[in-house]
Amino acid sequence: MSLPNAPDAGGRFTQRDRAWHPPAYTPGYKTSVLRSPRCALLSIDQGPGERSGPVFARSMLHPLDNDLTLNYASALGLEGSAIGERIIVHGRVLDEMGRPVPNTLIEVWQANAGGRYRHKKDTYLAPLDPAFGGCGRVVTDEAGRYFFRTIKPGPYPWPNHGSDWRPAHIHFSIFGEAFVQRLVSQLYFEGDPLIALCPIVNTIADPRAVNQLVAKLDMGEMLAFDCLAYRFDIVLRGRQQTFFES
Amino acid sequence: MPVEYLKETPSQTAGPYVHIGTLPGQAGLAIRADEALHIIAAEGERIVIEGLVLDGSGTPVRDAMVELWQADAQGRVGVHGLWGRAGADATTGEFRFETVRPGALSWPDGRKQAQHVSLLIFARGINIHLHTRLYFPDDEAALAADPVLGRIEQAVRRKTLIAEKTGPGRYRLVLRLQGEDETVFFDA
Ligand SMILES: [Fe+3]
Repeated sequence: MSLPNAPDAGGRFTQRDRAWHPPAYTPGYKTSVLRSPRCALLSIDQGPGERSGPVFARSMLHPLDNDLTLNYASALGLEGSAIGERIIVHGRVLDEMGRPVPNTLIEVWQANAGGRYRHKKDTYLAPLDPAFGGCGRVVTDEAGRYFFRTIKPGPYPWPNHGSDWRPAHIHFSIFGEAFVQRLVSQLYFEGDPLIALCPIVNTIADPRAVNQLVAKLDMGEMLAFDCLAYRFDIVLRGRQQTFFES
Repeated sequence: MPVEYLKETPSQTAGPYVHIGTLPGQAGLAIRADEALHIIAAEGERIVIEGLVLDGSGTPVRDAMVELWQADAQGRVGVHGLWGRAGADATTGEFRFETVRPGALSWPDGRKQAQHVSLLIFARGINIHLHTRLYFPDDEAALAADPVLGRIEQAVRRKTLIAEKTGPGRYRLVLRLQGEDETVFFDA
């Protein structure tokens, strides 16, 4: 049993390597210009609130939450599945020390196969797919593994330097075990020539960091006559051991 | 040889359609249409927290998504911690949480923190989410002794984290991403 108020979640987490992440101000991605703080972030220690975080029960999930090919039509009471290239995305969630992160919620959202989001602000001329919502979620198992089924999203144009194009991508959000592990990012697909051209991808300076966002084609996990598979592992900040803290 | 660790997966902006994945009901999807993550059910004194995120020109960030994490009324986190999520209003940019007044938490050095909630801001144009806190104005002695507020060298910037009391149990804080009175954001 843990005492109220104790940093009961365990030790501190490693410092976030801010040079590995994109900086706030990236003028190549114009929207960041007015939305980037100009003062330095204030470094603070991690208290009990920073070292713990929300826990989501697997029981809250609907059985189709991790199947974006079916979940939207099903919610509307319609037959049928989404149009597009059927894929499974799977992988492991680890921390920086290589330890699996079990029982953590991953949320995903994406455009349809034509590159259109189901959102009133998205006016791209590609059609909506009546059977595709573009929202899903999954909780990692005891070994930190997860998978979801979806259709490969299409690339889409967006106004930045005239018409820039987003590579095919799936947005994801993950909680980890603690508030300081929270992460929102985007997954890209191996071999997509638009990755190198994307101003949002290029907010990340180090090509090795970009490569961490590229899901790899995984023929070993494809489902015969059903869907291709992509492998995508996620790494969250690691928790340090506590030798001297009681 | 030093020990090699894995590198954290790098962040990317949540983009303009973050609500599809995180608040699908608010985004107009039939999935989880009745979810109300901004209303936190817990024992304690009910309070309302309202706010607004402004960009460097003073324009509301209408596509923002804000998450809240706080101690319960007894000052416990871990499995007792309270979490919520609110989308900015598509017209006004206002967000709102209905929660309970948090109890006070300790700090690793043993000092007591003033009552606060932690907030994360996600939006298009924000490459990595921003972490800040909202403190309550009621207890000035606790604010003066708070170890995190005490880390803010420029005393004038402390007020960017202290909500205004707009009514009984009702608090409001404007979060400024940039410019004069830029909110203090943390690297924890
Ligand atoms: Fe997108």
